[in-house]
Amino acid sequence: MADDNDELNLSELSDDELVPQIHDDLYDGMKPEIEEAVHILLDRGWTPYDILTKALVEGMRIVGIDFRDGILFVPEVLLAANAMKAGMFILKPLLAETGAPQLGKMVIGTVKGDIHDIGKNLVSMMMEGAGFEVRDLGINNSVEKYIEALETDKPDILGMSALLTTTMPYMKVVIDTMIEKGMRDDYIVLVGGAPLNEEFSKAIGADAYCRDAAVAVETAKEFVLRKHNR
Amino acid sequence: MDDKAKILMLACGALAREVLALKTLNGWSHMDLQCLPANLHLYPEKIPDAVEKAVVEFRADYEKIFVVYADCGTGGLLQARCAALGVEMIAGPHCYSFFEGNDVFEAHGEVTAFYLTDFLARQFDAFMWKPMGLDRHPELRDMYFGNYTKLVYLAQTNDRAIDAAAEEAAARLGLEYERRFTGYGDLATAMANQLSDKISAA
Repeated sequence: MADDNDELNLSELSDDELVPQIHDDLYDGMKPEIEEAVHILLDRGWTPYDILTKALVEGMRIVGIDFRDGILFVPEVLLAANAMKAGMFILKPLLAETGAPQLGKMVIGTVKGDIHDIGKNLVSMMMEGAGFEVRDLGINNSVEKYIEALETDKPDILGMSALLTTTMPYMKVVIDTMIEKGMRDDYIVLVGGAPLNEEFSKAIGADAYCRDAAVAVETAKEFVLRKHNR
Repeated sequence: MDDKAKILMLACGALAREVLALKTLNGWSHMDLQCLPANLHLYPEKIPDAVEKAVVEFRADYEKIFVVYADCGTGGLLQARCAALGVEMIAGPHCYSFFEGNDVFEAHGEVTAFYLTDFLARQFDAFMWKPMGLDRHPELRDMYFGNYTKLVYLAQTNDRAIDAAAEEAAARLGLEYERRFTGYGDLATAMANQLSDKISAA
């Protein structure tokens, strides 16, 4: 039996042991270990898509559940996200080469007057992990920038984020402009951010409020499926 | 004046000193203060329930309760809860805004400014640095603060020690530093209005 002080050698673990170990390392925000494990699985012939979904996304899903349940807090989630980002950085070019399934496309950004992007970045990453192509507009986006991105990229989904009570009403400005331009029904509009709630989302005419990144992914999948089945 | 004629200020713990300072300054002897934990700010979704619980607990003992909270990240839910309870609260999005004066704060329109008050400057480690995990993981700093350009210390009092603490906080966050004296701003006006209403109604 290994001593607690012994360094765990990831390459000596079987696949069945390594995947749960990746979940644990992701949970603990251990970026170098995640990078090493991703390389090990690639060397063993795993497809980038399987590594992404079975190891990284599943690991972050567990992190998301424990965050929702108040077991993990923002710093731990950020460390886990950093570790996942490092793993995705290795996998992203390979996913493009190997033709991983694409569920749809999303344009996402934080609204005008707001520079907070932690939640938005998590959503972007988890959406990419789930198989969506994401164009991230960054922070402080005007209605013009959103509309231009919608017209250029023609995504399935528009995602808007705000952390401030003072900036969240700007989401309605964007949606109202989409209505004026006759383009509102062409897109699924998802909104999120700490001060938002279901009621606000309905009041401004969004399709759904997403309380966290995991909910955003599930909601996006559900709406895209409905859209394609119309 | 009997106890029943008193007014209760139900305040965020981060405002305790300021509320008491205004009480002393204005001789508001018919005012009591009850605080909710300041760290509720880390979980704004819990504020409406905490306020309601306290209003229900104390309302029999007071003629009037004033909620010394602004919206504070509740997305309008605190306002709705206060309306349902029949109590008033301070106007504005948060304490940074009402200390500076809501109109002035809005006119500044500083998108990339991170604000500290006297309380937050004094308690920077306990309410910012540690809860954000920066004591254990300083590498997270730029994920939190990378989009900010400056730290503005909105000073309620002239105190060199607090000024120094705020400036040190700015340096630790890698932000430019600016000190702006606000005094008690709209907090003083809002409390005075409540207490003068109370006096005229009594």
